[in-house]
Amino acid sequence: METTAVRFGKKLVTTREFLAEGHNFCTGCGEALAIRLAMKALGENVIMAMATGCDEVCTTPLPYTSWRVPWLHTLFENAAAEISGVEAGLKILAKKGRMPEREIICVAMGGDGATSDIGIQALSGAFERGHDFIYICLDNEAYMNTGIQRSSSTPYGASTTTAPAGKFSIGQITRKKNMVAIAAAHGIPYVATACPSYRFDLMKKVKKGAELKGPAYVHILSPCPTGWRHSSNLTIDIGQLAVQTGIFPLYEIENGRYRLNADPPELKPIEEYLKLQGRYRHLTDEQIESIQQMVNEDYAKLKEKVAAFPM
Amino acid sequence: MSKRVALEASHAAAEAARMADVDVISAYPITPQTHIPERLAEMVADGELSAAYIPVESEHSAMSACLGAAAVGARTFTATAGQGLELMHEVVYIASSMRYPVVMTVCNRALSAPLSVWGDHSDAMAVRDIGWIQVFCQNNQEAFDLTLWAFRVGEDPNVLLPVMVHLDGFTLTHVTEPVILPEQSEVDSFLPRFQYSFALNPDKPMTHGAFGPPEIYSETKLAQEVAFRNSREIILQGWKEFGDIFGRYYHPVEEYRTENAETLLLTMGSFTETAKIVIDEKRDKGEAIGLISLRLWRPFPFEEFRRTVKGAKILIVFDRCISFGMGGPVFSEVRSALYDEEPRPKVVGIIGGLGGRDMSEEDFEYVIDRGMEIAEKGSERMLETVGIRG
Amino acid sequence: MADKLTWKDMEVGNIVKEAGSASFRKTGDWRTERPILDNEKCIKCALCWIYCPDAAIKPGEDGYYEADLYYCKGCGICASICPVGAISMTEEEEK
Repeated sequence: METTAVRFGKKLVTTREFLAEGHNFCTGCGEALAIRLAMKALGENVIMAMATGCDEVCTTPLPYTSWRVPWLHTLFENAAAEISGVEAGLKILAKKGRMPEREIICVAMGGDGATSDIGIQALSGAFERGHDFIYICLDNEAYMNTGIQRSSSTPYGASTTTAPAGKFSIGQITRKKNMVAIAAAHGIPYVATACPSYRFDLMKKVKKGAELKGPAYVHILSPCPTGWRHSSNLTIDIGQLAVQTGIFPLYEIENGRYRLNADPPELKPIEEYLKLQGRYRHLTDEQIESIQQMVNEDYAKLKEKVAAFPM
Repeated sequence: MSKRVALEASHAAAEAARMADVDVISAYPITPQTHIPERLAEMVADGELSAAYIPVESEHSAMSACLGAAAVGARTFTATAGQGLELMHEVVYIASSMRYPVVMTVCNRALSAPLSVWGDHSDAMAVRDIGWIQVFCQNNQEAFDLTLWAFRVGEDPNVLLPVMVHLDGFTLTHVTEPVILPEQSEVDSFLPRFQYSFALNPDKPMTHGAFGPPEIYSETKLAQEVAFRNSREIILQGWKEFGDIFGRYYHPVEEYRTENAETLLLTMGSFTETAKIVIDEKRDKGEAIGLISLRLWRPFPFEEFRRTVKGAKILIVFDRCISFGMGGPVFSEVRSALYDEEPRPKVVGIIGGLGGRDMSEEDFEYVIDRGMEIAEKGSERMLETVGIRG
Repeated sequence: MADKLTWKDMEVGNIVKEAGSASFRKTGDWRTERPILDNEKCIKCALCWIYCPDAAIKPGEDGYYEADLYYCKGCGICASICPVGAISMTEEEEK
């Protein structure tokens, strides 16, 4: 008998692969895993709008596709605007009786570039208009597909090809743009961070965001062996360290109320996370210490929010 | 019973979209297009039109949302002008290459800089190459008629291409003229429902927008161009059907008093009507002069155009745009279209009517007289213009 | 293959009608290492299955798991996260 689901305690996860095997994502790609898990949570009843990036390029070279769901791609910065049109189109066609009423989840996906840089306008517009959709940001912290160029999501001190570490540069001199806070500032019903290393947490959040009415935003850290320059077998470990060191906390903001999903009594030193990645190889001990300060600061601010606006 | 009402061209276009029972409107306001989205928003708010009105945050998103709506099989409409058309420039290429039948009114406006909200054809000329079917309106009736026709042609399963209806900014958009509005039943008999067989649907998952590696991109572009050229058949059929039902027949090239004309003036858009007055005056004086107007701009109506100018000795092309470093864009294209013809008229180009500068009858007289002079004696000037001081 | 198609073969709007058609791609050719799953040690936790970015670990007989060598890129995640060390990576053979 063919297995249709795999059991994890009480949970059943479908064996269906909506992102077909044989895709072109790099060996050990965290984004590919994030998408794979998200799709299992979303199921087949979706229409996906995807931005240009690794996600799109690794899956759809004409005349083939890796997608087993209805899928749309047009440009880099407009996945959120596209999905707005899809959502409005589906609603009006059902209202006018031209299509049967049915629940179809509208999903938009984009990398950090498509989300927090070139696509931030379209995303802000879609949030403000309150479309019923889930936006999933696959954050590998640079414009990886075009060659590891910096984005506003690149963390301080990381080396990228357009903000490289050098004699006179630490690499990224700005701090990571807080897209989660920006999304929450729109007053949308659900915002969450996730990481493929925490598989059920990710799937639960994607499902939650997809099922509720209105816009939802899930920001998924996607470790990238190619761009972060880590060994391809460490993708899960690095994701775990991101959470355990506090540099990428897992939390949800539901109607302005915060829940911290994982709050270790003591955060691991950031060095454990940084030292596994070639993009941080140039950092001195002082620089690592200042990064530690930033992480502590940001984490403390988050805890204040959690305390001030608990769920 | 059709009725004759006074309507601004903007409102005429909006009314056409309403009678076409458009499903999704996604538009961003920009002068001189604003009366179109405003009127449509009003219609939706009052229940006159059942449509999703998406108040997008920019023109780039306006066209992007149109693509999403079209992809799920919705009848989609938008409008823009000038800078708005430029902002959505990359998206309009996508609409045609992905074969989404969006209909868009472009309220022709001059391109910045300097900023100008007033009319000329520079926005239209900047999108010659994008692969949309494009027509120019001369008056408010055409603003209504050609918008209706656009849905019929663009959505035809043998076409599936977006259509741009050009309306001169201010000189049409904000001008009220009598327009004959048909019965809804007549519109319904002309315009079938949009049935899109590739609609995104979980029951039959398809991929729209795969990327084109070098080993396939060229084939996709040739296929697109062939389909685009072939749309001609439905363009003409659509106009025939339109005429049969509504009594007004449109053609790719309009001819006005061209019988035995030795000199022809070529115009596009609303200024054509002013030019026609001058043609009448000259004909009354016995001059063998006529006017042609390109109604269909893309795909370029080579056949009709070459046929209409046969026999003329001089063709004077009036452009409302400067293609910098090259001259009048319509002039250049028209010359190229006639290059292989034997015999062919002498083609002369004069530029005017930029950024809201009006063209009077005297201005068109000058265009014709100067055009004939250049045809005979040539021109020493870098650029021939009308109504530009200095 | 793509380079045999003519312009006449192009779908309208270049739409790809067949879902998952790219799954013919043998990404197994990429790898330099391959996973060996030891059923003696395996506790059937399915972490290897769920954490594979390529869905190249498949449910096998009796609740055990096996590598799908057609697709496996040899990233080594499965070996790295297996809680009981039932997966090891070995050099891929020269063909």
